[in-house]
Amino acid sequence: MVKLLSSVAVMALMIGSAQGPAFAQEKLKIGVVTTLSGPAAVLGQQLRNGLQLAIKDNGGKLGGREVELFVQDDELKPDVAVSKAKALIDRDKVDFVVGPIFSNILVAIMKPVTEGGAFLISPNAGTSNFAGKDCNPHFFVTSYQNDQNHEVMGKYAQDSGVKKAFIMAPNYPAGKDSLAGFKRFFKGEVADEVYVPLGQLDYSAELSRIAASGADAIFVFLPGGMGVNFVKQFRQAGLADKVKFLSAFTVDESTLPAQKEAALGFFGGANWAPDLNTPQNKKFVESYKKEHGGAIPATYAFQAYDAGLLIDGALKATGGKTDNKDALRAALEKAPFTSLRGNFKFGTNHYPVQDFYQVKVVQVGDKFATSIDKKVFTDYTDPHAKDCKMK
Amino acid sequence: MSFTLLIVQTLNGLQFGVLLFLIAAGLTLVFGVMDFINLAHGVQYMLGAYLAVMFYALTGNFLIALVAALGAALLFGLLLEFTVFRHLYDRDHLEQVIATFGIILFLNQGVKVVWGAAPLSLPIPEILSGTVVLSPGILYPVWRLMIIGSGLAVALILYLLVSRTRVGMLVRAGATHAPIVSALGVDIRRLFMIVFGFGTMLAAFAGVMIAPILSVEPGMGDSVLILAFVVIVIGGIGSMRGAFIAALLIGLVDTLGRSFAIDILRLVMPPSPARTVGPAIASMLIYVLMALVLYFRPAGLFPAKGR
Repeated sequence: MVKLLSSVAVMALMIGSAQGPAFAQEKLKIGVVTTLSGPAAVLGQQLRNGLQLAIKDNGGKLGGREVELFVQDDELKPDVAVSKAKALIDRDKVDFVVGPIFSNILVAIMKPVTEGGAFLISPNAGTSNFAGKDCNPHFFVTSYQNDQNHEVMGKYAQDSGVKKAFIMAPNYPAGKDSLAGFKRFFKGEVADEVYVPLGQLDYSAELSRIAASGADAIFVFLPGGMGVNFVKQFRQAGLADKVKFLSAFTVDESTLPAQKEAALGFFGGANWAPDLNTPQNKKFVESYKKEHGGAIPATYAFQAYDAGLLIDGALKATGGKTDNKDALRAALEKAPFTSLRGNFKFGTNHYPVQDFYQVKVVQVGDKFATSIDKKVFTDYTDPHAKDCKMK
Repeated sequence: MSFTLLIVQTLNGLQFGVLLFLIAAGLTLVFGVMDFINLAHGVQYMLGAYLAVMFYALTGNFLIALVAALGAALLFGLLLEFTVFRHLYDRDHLEQVIATFGIILFLNQGVKVVWGAAPLSLPIPEILSGTVVLSPGILYPVWRLMIIGSGLAVALILYLLVSRTRVGMLVRAGATHAPIVSALGVDIRRLFMIVFGFGTMLAAFAGVMIAPILSVEPGMGDSVLILAFVVIVIGGIGSMRGAFIAALLIGLVDTLGRSFAIDILRLVMPPSPARTVGPAIASMLIYVLMALVLYFRPAGLFPAKGR
């Protein structure tokens, strides 16, 4: 009996010590789901680098707690992403998952992560369903709603007097959203609306159509390697002098190292550019360059950096505690941090309310970067927020 | 849908077809002569592009980069043959597929380690970077014409090599009756090595020629490999003539399909569904073509004799 009692006591002690003084020392566990293989690996690396930099700039801590990162490669395959996200929740017991880059991955990992009790913070993908009717209390976005960068270009095309536009995107949901977003603000004539297979590399057939269509501008959404190829071929086909090049996610710091001069003077829509004039942004760009051999950060890195700052700010507000999810959620909703982009707050759907710019590709020394040309929207809320009934 | 546009798209289709031929030629040789399935053929195309980028960075001269890349690709191909492939010739197809798939994974990762994951680019040589005016407002890049020209030249050289030279004769004989050729005292292993090295070089040449148009990135050979297999299946395995015709056919069908499918569908259905259905049908066309060919001619359009 004594033996039994003492072993119960020991057990109680063990359980007690496991739970007791935990919060001060226990590491904050953050999972990262991002694309690190295949042609889109560059984007995923930017995401990871941005988050790592945010943690480093905070002395290895977020919200006063040491951070342990669990980085997972989703291979741009939804099924792989789901099993890795589940492992992050069940095996590694992470409190936050930061990621992913691509919308189809976001849709796949939403349930496993949020129903597993962690907060999902997307530093890039922001689909319309999660901004609207499927909005989720445990999901936050530090980037934008997917439609918005396309809307920026539509508005710009409308305001700058484009008469006839040729528009093109990959044949998948985000591609359709893209062209719909552009047309929401562009009221001129659409010469043609073309959907190409996702991952197409040679655009000879489409370029010939563009030339024959007599359009005075094109708008394209061709992320990653697709954009690299298209921009080069567009320039080679001699169209750059005749047709205005408008784009979203097609010319940015992740693709410019390969596009170089071919993209000079081309336009994009964005919520940020490396030369955005805020003191915190200047510091970020400098320290990113120093860390990565002079490479200029793209939006993916900056949005992941902001995701790090968001976690830091929210945890500071809860005293480093993550066990009370409601308190943590309330803290996150206040967006208690100074975003690199300056103006930033969350809408009711946990998507950012922010400014958008038309950016232009310029040469900086021997490198190429986007540069802010003109502000197009101020404190812009995405068009789906009104459909969100946040519980 | 104007006549000029049709001409331009035909040129585009030819250019794509010629490129496919350069890759498929090596594949059909290796498959036909050695009965060896080399999935790693697409990786050699990628390697050609990467090597050209590297040598261009070192020398700044496209021609030197081209020659050096071909030489290096040949050496690397022979090294692979010597260390890996040689031990697979007598194994069954499944083992060949698994082993060469392993090479794909290994080399895709390898180029990432050596050159990084970010896409690289190779500039077009200055004198060939212009465009020609086909009709007012319709321009065509000289480089794409260059690809068509050089591809046709390679096809001609291959034709002469295979049909007019002693090595070509041995290759043709080896494709149909390898044991007999061996019994007649020909070193079949050496013949295999020559064929393999040559195939590797053709793939690398395709990689170098396309590098100024496409971005050079890890995995760029994977999608091309599938099309190259479609080409040799349609053309008839082991047949050079078949590969040539099939490559041009696929290039034209794919390009013309992509550019005119929507316009044609618009004649029979409203524009909005046509826009959705068009691209889907266009990307299926070459596989439909393959299914049809296999149904009517299971051995391909030009089956190699004796197979």
